[in-house]
Amino acid sequence: MASQEILRQEPGRGSFINDPKIRALFFQTLVVIVLFVSIWWIVNNVIENLQRLHIASGFQFLRNRAGFDISDTPIAYTSDATYGRALIVGLLNTIIVAAAGIVLATIVGFIIGIGRLSQNWLIRKICTVYVEIFRNIPPLLVIFFWYSGVLAVLPPPRESYHLPFGSFLNQRGFYFPRGVWGDGSWLVLVAFVVGLAMAWFVAHRARQRQMATGQQFPVFWTSVGLIVGLPVLAFLLAGMPLTFDFPKQSTFNLTGGFQIKPEFLSLLLALSFYTAAFIAEIVRAGIKGVSKGQSEAAAALGLRSGPILRLVVIPQAMRIVIPPLTSQYLNLTKNSSLAIAIGYPDLTATAGTVLNQTGQAVEGVFLMMIAYLVLSLVTSAVMNVVNARMALVER
Amino acid sequence: MKHIALGMFGAAALGLMASAASAGTLDTVKQKGFIQCGVSTGLAGFSAPDDKGDWKGIDADFCRAVAAAVFGDGSKVKFTPLSAKERFTALQSGEIDILSRNTTWTSNRDSALGLDFVGVTYYDGQGFMINAKKLPGVNSALQLSGAAVCVQSGTTTELNLADYFKKNKMEYNPVVFEKLEEVNAAYDSGRCDAYTTDQSGLYGIRLTLSSPADHVVLPEIISKEPLGPAVRQGDDQWAHIARWTYFALLNAEEAGITQANVDEMKTSTDPNIQRLLGTEPDGKYGADLGLSNDWVVNIIKAVGNYGEMFERNVGAGSPLKIARGINALWTKGGLQYGPPVR
Repeated sequence: MASQEILRQEPGRGSFINDPKIRALFFQTLVVIVLFVSIWWIVNNVIENLQRLHIASGFQFLRNRAGFDISDTPIAYTSDATYGRALIVGLLNTIIVAAAGIVLATIVGFIIGIGRLSQNWLIRKICTVYVEIFRNIPPLLVIFFWYSGVLAVLPPPRESYHLPFGSFLNQRGFYFPRGVWGDGSWLVLVAFVVGLAMAWFVAHRARQRQMATGQQFPVFWTSVGLIVGLPVLAFLLAGMPLTFDFPKQSTFNLTGGFQIKPEFLSLLLALSFYTAAFIAEIVRAGIKGVSKGQSEAAAALGLRSGPILRLVVIPQAMRIVIPPLTSQYLNLTKNSSLAIAIGYPDLTATAGTVLNQTGQAVEGVFLMMIAYLVLSLVTSAVMNVVNARMALVER
Repeated sequence: MKHIALGMFGAAALGLMASAASAGTLDTVKQKGFIQCGVSTGLAGFSAPDDKGDWKGIDADFCRAVAAAVFGDGSKVKFTPLSAKERFTALQSGEIDILSRNTTWTSNRDSALGLDFVGVTYYDGQGFMINAKKLPGVNSALQLSGAAVCVQSGTTTELNLADYFKKNKMEYNPVVFEKLEEVNAAYDSGRCDAYTTDQSGLYGIRLTLSSPADHVVLPEIISKEPLGPAVRQGDDQWAHIARWTYFALLNAEEAGITQANVDEMKTSTDPNIQRLLGTEPDGKYGADLGLSNDWVVNIIKAVGNYGEMFERNVGAGSPLKIARGINALWTKGGLQYGPPVR
């Protein structure tokens, strides 16, 4: 009798408590409420405590005069600018060093990674030693190594090393002539853009023709001719509107020209060489991950070793390489905050100065966290797009 | 709902706890048995550990004086070394009870940062130091246009530097580090042409360089840097104790009370000295502050008077050999003036 009763109740109006849908909904709502209540409580508590301690709060300080100078300013900045602008300068410095570091680390990483698979014993061993050294040293030590060990022992400004093309190397950094574009130089830029567009068009048509007829077209050399040749032609036509500003010796430093400061240089080198060790291992894993049958099949089709690597192995290896590569890019970006140790004015350093001058630590740290979060999310979004394009397209 | 109610209750309890904990620094200090004192990471003459690890300097001694006033024992202090950037947060968050770390008194710090400055234990001004051997022709800060200048971040120094070069229409290249040791190392290695900080600091730092004799401090003083200890705003009793400890040090010097003669002075019939040392029959000036009546005796026994503190740490009795100058008592033409204890 009892079992019959249960059977009769099942499909009908069952208790709400036993309905899995309603139960799930209830607990999810509960979690959301608890989450929001705790966030609200934390924020409220912070505001209350700041008021109780007579500490200023809010983001109005971003519009106040900063009053301090920054050594590397990619955009116009003086001590009269606002705290907000100082933070933007710091953010741009972080982006510059991270972007340059990512490019350099990728190049070095790929070379070392492929080198570890080389047939040549010496190359293979050198690359192994490189990887084992750099990935086992904390990045901060690598930064100090470059800053105090390599760049600080260069000669003082008056005894700079003279390098070719009017460049100099000393304790204060690397100086090289800066190009100053004169009248009519816009023509060169236009020619460059036109060259790029034409090269893209040629490549597009060549691919279509190869698909249709099987005939190949020397796309590479045509593109080089268009992208380099057109601007050079325009440059000559415009009457060579380019002069150089050479670095010169003055009382204290070299003035004029373009200066790369040792802080930037050591941070860039340290971050890229450190991360390159990890990228090398990822690249090696990617190439090893492509089954041997693939290159054997390609060879059986008559492809030579160069095209096999370029057309068969690397595209498949990239699918394995890109996801962990993204993590390394994110690591590099976040490790750039170690810049503070050698005085490169990145986001952490400038935000630190701002929060100390204003005393608004909570807001300062909050802005820093948001900035790094956004940087990381943008990086991984870009890499996700690249990954999607590399993914296996099944027909 | 029960969970939310519980959560709310917990939250409310936490909120109550947070406000209870901040009440009365004096009581908290007495309960834990020592004063947590924020000092620099090592600035000779102000606060720096010696070869035995004991903190020496005017700033360190000031904390000992407060400890002597509170506990009758100048050794009941624990020191927390802080960078320029960390110092205010450490005080605001209650990690330290008093910040005695060559800190400049400014209106912004007094108001927006929730600090309360106690007084000026050292009147200083910002200067420049250069390597005279490498830059033989330079004998004025006005010749520094185009120089690379080493400076510590998050200080008033950094701001004065920007103002000074702007005012004199000169250019410079800031080389900024967070920690004092990093600034020192960069200057010593020749990364910068000039080093700027408070003049007293420059003399102290010069001693730590690889060849001190090569470096000169330029004559210009570009700012007012009244250095003094600070406490959290909103705790009047604790601020009074710190402030009157400082005044007691000055008054003791003025009255001629020293570490050596303080016990004899207790028998003095001079009413001024009696009030100061708590020997006046009905006096309870110490008790009014929340201390014992012999608080000044304890302070002087622990660290001596202001003059003794100065000479021992930065003056003739120290390697720095800085003259009293404007830090002399008002009776000797200086700026140090202690309001009367009465």
